[in-house]
Amino acid sequence: MSQTEAVVSIRQVRVEFGAVKALDGVDFAIGRGEAVGLVGHNGAGKSTIVNVINGGLSPHQGEILYEGRTGSGIATARAHGVRCVFQELSLCPNLTVVENTRLMHSGLSGLGWRRRAAKLIRDSLDTIFPGHGIDCFAVVGSLSIAERQMVEIAINFLGVSEPPKLVILDEPTSSLDAGLAEQLMAHVRRFVAGGGSVLLISHILGEILSTSSRIVVMKDGRVVTSRPAAEFSVRSLVEAMGSVVKETTRAVRATALTAEKVIDLPAVKGAGIPFYARKGEIVGLAGLGGHGQTTTLLHLFAESSSRWLPSTDKQMAFVAGDRALNGTFPLWSILRNLSIGNLAAFARRASIDRDREAAHGEDWKAKMGIRTPDMNNPILSLSGGNQQKVLFARALAGEARIVLMDDPMRGVDIGTKQEVYATLRREAEQGRTFIWYSTEIDEVRLCDRVYVFRDGIIVAELEGDAITEDNILATSFSGEAA
Amino acid sequence: MNRLTMLSRKPWIWSFVAAAAIWLVTILFTGGSSTASLSQATLTFAAFSIIVGLGQMLVITLGPGNVDLSVPATITLSGTVALKLMDGQDGMILVGLLVSIAIGLVIGILNYALIKFLRIPPIIATLSMSFLVQSCAIWYNRGLRVKPPEALASFSTSSTFGLPNTAIIALFLSLGVWWLLDRSLFGRWISAIGQNAFAARMAGIAVDGCRLATYVLCAVLAAICGYLLASFSGGAALNMGAEYLLMSIAVVVIGGSAVAGGNSNVPGIWGASLFMFLVVSMLNTYGFGAGVRLIMTGLIIISVIVAASRPTGSTR
Repeated sequence: MSQTEAVVSIRQVRVEFGAVKALDGVDFAIGRGEAVGLVGHNGAGKSTIVNVINGGLSPHQGEILYEGRTGSGIATARAHGVRCVFQELSLCPNLTVVENTRLMHSGLSGLGWRRRAAKLIRDSLDTIFPGHGIDCFAVVGSLSIAERQMVEIAINFLGVSEPPKLVILDEPTSSLDAGLAEQLMAHVRRFVAGGGSVLLISHILGEILSTSSRIVVMKDGRVVTSRPAAEFSVRSLVEAMGSVVKETTRAVRATALTAEKVIDLPAVKGAGIPFYARKGEIVGLAGLGGHGQTTTLLHLFAESSSRWLPSTDKQMAFVAGDRALNGTFPLWSILRNLSIGNLAAFARRASIDRDREAAHGEDWKAKMGIRTPDMNNPILSLSGGNQQKVLFARALAGEARIVLMDDPMRGVDIGTKQEVYATLRREAEQGRTFIWYSTEIDEVRLCDRVYVFRDGIIVAELEGDAITEDNILATSFSGEAA
Repeated sequence: MNRLTMLSRKPWIWSFVAAAAIWLVTILFTGGSSTASLSQATLTFAAFSIIVGLGQMLVITLGPGNVDLSVPATITLSGTVALKLMDGQDGMILVGLLVSIAIGLVIGILNYALIKFLRIPPIIATLSMSFLVQSCAIWYNRGLRVKPPEALASFSTSSTFGLPNTAIIALFLSLGVWWLLDRSLFGRWISAIGQNAFAARMAGIAVDGCRLATYVLCAVLAAICGYLLASFSGGAALNMGAEYLLMSIAVVVIGGSAVAGGNSNVPGIWGASLFMFLVVSMLNTYGFGAGVRLIMTGLIIISVIVAASRPTGSTR
């Protein structure tokens, strides 16, 4: 397709977050009257592409063309008719539907803007979701989550001074039921038939296949396939998202499969599959991000430790992935961040023996290869990967027999990863149990057994050779009829 | 790094610098004649804000939003009940002290119960508690002014080896709190909670237990302060705690403890308490009117906080 026809095209765009290449030289274009479906596993770079197109993120390399002209910034993107319905709802809950409409459309000014805005948004809602029953003067906070999503979609599809040319829908049906989702998809098809363009991101593959004219598959920050939707089936789409080559051999282990169960939980609300873990086992939690894996880990941890009494023997330790949220203590030194997990071991009558604490620090500095001249330096002086090693050391240094890991390798470089993988395997052989949530398929494949999560429940249990990327992807996406 | 630069990096050093400067200026004005009496008075009166400040500091260490506003009411109730109970008899001194401590225990537990089970923010919970406690004090006291036991009154107003006895008690309590904060497991726990409560929870710290213990400690220290203060001033009064509300918070802040929690220090409480008393004495000595005195106090406090909060690199 020629560049002048494209509403938006990006060329050789590269975006990096620290060591992570979110976009690794991506070429991508959306033509007029085209509905492009964008799919890929977590961290494939879908959200980053959306943010580059809507002007919220400046790429480190490459250029963005809006209707053939280079530009950047949110204002430019909006001026060229790019609208974005965000995955996280972006309405102000304390304002009414009409007022939120005004916020998104600065053209609604002057006397009587409320009346005009009300008519516009009501018409838009009536067109997309006939029979919606939403009061346009209601405060957004009083609407249900589905109604909010409908309002947000309707706001972005209406035009005041300039009509929308490209509407980006990032998981638009995540909180809509099947009927509403079908109404939305019908509207998307009408909008596209009328010359508009849509970029659709969804983990419901049925929607993607039925609505898009072209499907773009991303993996590890690259576009791996871009073909007409008619050439795909659910199966071939799942395969395209998975790795094409790279069949690394798993370390097969027969031990521990008969060892005692250290965790045994019934299925959540009677749905799904019960959860258990054996001594010395590495159990993986897979599936798309935010489908209940972290919640499960937090729940397991809360069960094991008291909020009121200092625990004498800790059963579980936790390794954070989101370090700033629930991992590091920013005012403290590396040493204190490390020793807090096992402080009672250096205490004599509640008083801390600082020499033993320091010796312990040097010991683990060597064991984990924490790269710092002095363990008394602040924790924030370390790189992300080394901070993560400190958090691993904190968990492994204690006597906890079960270690919970909340996607701990985010943003960690490959060298560190290999070191930590080896440590995990060694510790597991000595009888420690690991519960490992990871969004990276390669890591999930290192586990002895894997639970796949979808919508808060376990939908599949994979073991041994059944742990493949295809199986994990197939079970984590709904709309898979096979 | 030499010792002087190391010292200048301590967050509490500024409160001592300020206190020493004001002490000097006041002494110079009177030509040195007031040196002994000024120092004695400063130590005596600062002792009370030190004791209350220690407790408030522990609570503030717990992180954003944590503060105990029931301190003045606790001081009042403890002083009132202890004095009425002892009824001027020397044999009851220990009983009075134990009852004071028990009052602190109960108020601390109730404070945290409100915060935890009714999910009220600490600032509101402790404020409502202070109304309840103050009402108890009013109801119990009924305008009576009981004299403290003779032995206790003379103990709290006299000195040992040139140091006021109240200051000596404050020193012992400070050593205890310093050990707790700097050397014990508990100190690490509350510092961790103050920096990142979620991370503290996930590191296996019993967050609720620690917070409860901290609020109880704060109330107990306030109760001890009330007991001493009532004995020192010859009787309890219903407004005796009033000035310690802002004072207890001010000495924590001026002393260089982090207002956002997680990083506190005991020496700063001393520097700041001495400083706060000295500022008032200095302005009195210079003969300023009440209005000017308040404005000056405010300005001086602001300048010390600005000096102390300059980014001086990490202290740990």
